[in-house]
Amino acid sequence: MALDAQHTAVRYAVEVAGLCKRYGDVVALNDVGFTVGPGELFGFVGSNGAGKTTTMRIMLGVLAADAGEVRVGGTPIDRETRARIGYMPEERGLYPKMTVRDQLVYLARLHGLSTNDAHTAAENWIRRLGITDRRDDEIQKLSLGNQQRVQLAAALVHDPALLVLDEPFSGLDPVAVDVMSEVLKEKAAQGVPVVFSSHQLALVERLCDRLGIIRDGAMVAVGSIEELTAAATTRLRVGVDGAPGWADDVAGVRVVGDDGDATLLELAQHADEQAVLRAAMAAGRVTEFSRYRATLAELFRNVVVEGTAQ
Amino acid sequence: MTSAVRLVAQRELVLRLRTKWFLIGTLVIVAIMAGYVLLQMSFFGGEDRSRIGFAGQATGLSERVADAAAELDIDVETTTVVDLTAAKADLSDGSLDAVVSGTAAEMRVLVKEELNPRLRAVLTELSRQEVLTAKLAQAGVPDPTAVMAEANAARVDVTAIDPGSAADDQRLAIGVIMVFLLFMSINTYGTFVAQGVVEEKSSRVVEILLATIRPWQLLLGKIIGIGLVGLIQLVAIAAAGIALALAADVLTLSSVAVSTLVWGAIWYLLGFFLYAALFAGSGALVSRQEDAQSVLTPVTLVLVVGFVAGLNVMIVDADGVAARAMSLVPLLSPVLMPGRIAASDVAVWELALAIGLTLATIALVTYLGGRIYHNAVLHTGSRMKLTAALRG
Ligand SMILES: Nc1ncnc2c1ncn2[C@@H]1O[C@H](COP(=O)(O)OP(=O)(O)OP(=O)(O)O)[C@@H](O)[C@H]1O
Ligand SMILES: [Mg+2]
Repeated sequence: MALDAQHTAVRYAVEVAGLCKRYGDVVALNDVGFTVGPGELFGFVGSNGAGKTTTMRIMLGVLAADAGEVRVGGTPIDRETRARIGYMPEERGLYPKMTVRDQLVYLARLHGLSTNDAHTAAENWIRRLGITDRRDDEIQKLSLGNQQRVQLAAALVHDPALLVLDEPFSGLDPVAVDVMSEVLKEKAAQGVPVVFSSHQLALVERLCDRLGIIRDGAMVAVGSIEELTAAATTRLRVGVDGAPGWADDVAGVRVVGDDGDATLLELAQHADEQAVLRAAMAAGRVTEFSRYRATLAELFRNVVVEGTAQ
Repeated sequence: MTSAVRLVAQRELVLRLRTKWFLIGTLVIVAIMAGYVLLQMSFFGGEDRSRIGFAGQATGLSERVADAAAELDIDVETTTVVDLTAAKADLSDGSLDAVVSGTAAEMRVLVKEELNPRLRAVLTELSRQEVLTAKLAQAGVPDPTAVMAEANAARVDVTAIDPGSAADDQRLAIGVIMVFLLFMSINTYGTFVAQGVVEEKSSRVVEILLATIRPWQLLLGKIIGIGLVGLIQLVAIAAAGIALALAADVLTLSSVAVSTLVWGAIWYLLGFFLYAALFAGSGALVSRQEDAQSVLTPVTLVLVVGFVAGLNVMIVDADGVAARAMSLVPLLSPVLMPGRIAASDVAVWELALAIGLTLATIALVTYLGGRIYHNAVLHTGSRMKLTAALRG
């Protein structure tokens, strides 16, 4: 697209620094900070009520922070820069009685595109997101998933220099998830920093370069998947033809789960692997014995649910 | 970023002008007004018109009768009667009012029941003149026609103490209609502003809008856009009404009508801006269309009270103390002032004061309404308290 070429050269990094926000007695955010480099896909995860939406709203200026700031390319974000953000709010919203095309053209124009560019961009995204045959329908007549596609188009139609998407994958069918993933990767490849929140950790793990985990309004982990999972405790996968529960009494070992073929174990910092192997052999024939890297889901559970931040 | 305001206004304007309800609504109101005008015509025009048939020798009189009737402001339509039997049938079914035959000096008039007394006077006068002319000639007066012309030219000299009052009924009617139209327009389009605000809140589209433009731009654009739609409708309806009434001769004061229209448009704008900010602020307090009515009722109530009370004092006496005082109250002026301008003569200082007070109130209300809107528009869930919205 002609539009893209014009902006790819601009490479911004987005910094969120020291954000604080209170709602009465509720501390929604407490010193939240992270950086998203140009062309980086950043996953923002955390339990319900952790503060993801609040952070994103502050980034968009829809909500005012009590303290802290958002910087783009080193300078505090202003109106003009905000107009270059593509935003998908958590609570989706478009004019129910406007047609898909009119809606997208209007939003593009509000972001400063000329009438012609707005039409071109709207048609492009309509085609790209597979809603061509619905383009003259009112939004309210579309299924939820299709409304969501329009919502993504609305976030992209003005060729944003930064994408902030609040749970963009919720409510999408697998095909749409793929389309959405492709689009996000493509935008990142163009140098656009992409921040999105999600509860689908497998997806975040597959898609993101880096991620941030937020708990009760504070960042508890920020980094690449490798960094975060490597820093976590040693994990073993042990297959034994024997009675389950064989590992319960081994010192410094915690049973994390069982995937049917093997038992998943987590070892405390100085626990002895050899002791585990001995216990396994005592229980029955050992079919498998390997280290494995923690999945994001496990990391998340550790960091968020059990509160064992590193 | 005033282009944002223009874009928002444009969206409202185009979307609303395109709906079939705008067209249908406008046409229905014009049709009602046309019906009203026709009703007036049949009361004051149609009933008054007399159809007179002239038979035989009397045919030559038709023009003189028509002229004499016109002089007395009697509307007559003349026809020639050939077949007397058919004419009698026309008399009995009412399509003819009288059939004149005979000579000017000895006129015979055939009617169904009785002859309209004013028409009788016209015919009698004509007959008398004919006899008089003949007698004058008999008496040897040299130029009887000249004497008759001189006699006929004699007029009484009338001086009216209150020359306007003959037109007062028409002016009051124009005023009342204008008050009604203004009340309707301000109320309807003000409610549209509130509904638009609530729609943006309930559909949550407001969040992406406000991620791009500022609240005041969204609000101002919306008010301008919807206000223009209302203005277009008001002017279209009023112009159509005036044109109809003038064409049908129900209305003869075209200058009053035009000035009423111009003032109506000006006061519509003042009133709309005044109430739009109130409506928008109220609408912003709620997040669901179902809750809208409860917050809009107080605003609508002020308008309705002003309208009903104002209309009553105006009909009783448009120049009375009550009407004059009420038309200066800022929230009531937009509805009452244009009515008074049509119905009576408003002093320049009164008009200036009313406009000044209204503008000042607009500034205040826009500040408050804008503040409420700004603080409440992103608030979701339950209805927001007014005090909380004002504090922010
Ligand atoms: N308008 C509000 N008034 C009061 N408290 C609020 C408001 N909005 C958010 N909060 C509180 O702020 C905290 C953070 O909420 P936020 O919506 O940012 O969470 P989240 O991470 O997006 O959660 P989810 O995954 O459920 O979307 C929560 O405790 C929430 O109750
Ligand atoms: Mg959220």
